[in-house]
Amino acid sequence: MKNIFVFIWRNHFVFLFLLLQSFAVYLLIQNNNYQRAGFINSANTLSGNFLNIYSNITEYFSLKKANEILAAENAELKKHHPNSYFRYDVQVFSINDTVYRQQYNYRAARVVNKSVNKRNNHLTLNRGSLHGVEPDMAVITPVGVVGIVKNVSENFCTVISMLHVNSKISAQIKNNNYFGSVVWNGNNASLVDLVDIPSHVKLHKGDTVLTTSFSTIFPEGIVIGTIEEFELKAGNNFYTIKVKPGTDFRSVTNVYIVGNLLKNEQQQLEEVSSDD
Amino acid sequence: MIEVLARNVLRFIFLIIFQVLILNNVQLGGFINPYLYVFFILMLPIDTPGWLLLLLAFVMGLSIDLFENTAGMHTSASVFMAFCRPYLLSMISPREGFDRGSVATIQKFGIGWMLTYAGILILLHHFALFYLEIFRFSSFFSTLLRVILSSVFTLGLVIVSQYLFSTVKKN
Repeated sequence: MKNIFVFIWRNHFVFLFLLLQSFAVYLLIQNNNYQRAGFINSANTLSGNFLNIYSNITEYFSLKKANEILAAENAELKKHHPNSYFRYDVQVFSINDTVYRQQYNYRAARVVNKSVNKRNNHLTLNRGSLHGVEPDMAVITPVGVVGIVKNVSENFCTVISMLHVNSKISAQIKNNNYFGSVVWNGNNASLVDLVDIPSHVKLHKGDTVLTTSFSTIFPEGIVIGTIEEFELKAGNNFYTIKVKPGTDFRSVTNVYIVGNLLKNEQQQLEEVSSDD
Repeated sequence: MIEVLARNVLRFIFLIIFQVLILNNVQLGGFINPYLYVFFILMLPIDTPGWLLLLLAFVMGLSIDLFENTAGMHTSASVFMAFCRPYLLSMISPREGFDRGSVATIQKFGIGWMLTYAGILILLHHFALFYLEIFRFSSFFSTLLRVILSSVFTLGLVIVSQYLFSTVKKN
């Protein structure tokens, strides 16, 4: 027994290295499990608040761009305001709407930290469980998809960016409704790939790529981006399509977190059906 | 003793702030991510006991991970680098050995020695880091290019920082 302690003491440097290294690897693996909340992430209070202060300063630099996007969205919303419509009816009816029920709710949030230069990119937003944010909610901007909420703390949440090697978003082409998936190959922050589009489909440069209604995360018809270039390699049944994301990930500051109110219902039903 | 402690604590804080606020936003051609925070591990006194070296590298890596959402990645790479440091130092030590409390600087050991010492350790660190990040060997050479380019860039920053820090000390 004594010999064991002497042995450990003599090689304490190697043993301490192995101990610390295995802890690091444990963190790494635990954090890679999608959906399991990692505890070392920028959603924690200390680094979250620090980065919040930093982004308070740096967001001034992208203010012009942010203003343009917000102004464009305001114009879009103004179009739908009752004042922009000419009223034909004279009487006003109050109805209990049983035809339309709200499915998605939107929360405005601000990006306090982000990366674009990694293989796996993340963002941190200044909204958390106190504001009703839950894992698996969608994150979008008026001009495009951003990502999916991963970890949530009281005041912050982290988001898996579309620029993440494991990210896969169901997508369709706007003018012919063929669907595929948008993935990222990890190299260029301004291009993502649209895969699984069969070779007989007619494509045009500049076609808009939208989200589909298949996932319970994103609402249908959110812009992902536009087709930048496409190519049909000899012998392939599927196109190689490069899509330019609508969101500029380098300057994104204001985003919406989208919750699906009917998500549980749809998922439970689909689980029951797939068991049969 | 107190002076060495204070200098290293200040260096620790400064490097974390510099790394998180400035270097993490640097993207040159999509291939170069400098990680100057390893400068802290390079500049610890040469006779720092092994266990303290490992623990300090662990804390440094963990602090960087905290800000980058990369749990364990930087921790693992830094601890690995700290583990390699004593072996490398014994390989390239001068004939009469190191003085007590000496620090690896260009002024003391010359630019060639410093390039070997910092270059090898940075390469080991970046190698571990980038392959942990991608976690597969499928795009081996593209990742290797990132490792080499980023290491060269970090090494350049380390040499520049050495000159900057030492002028401050003389004043």
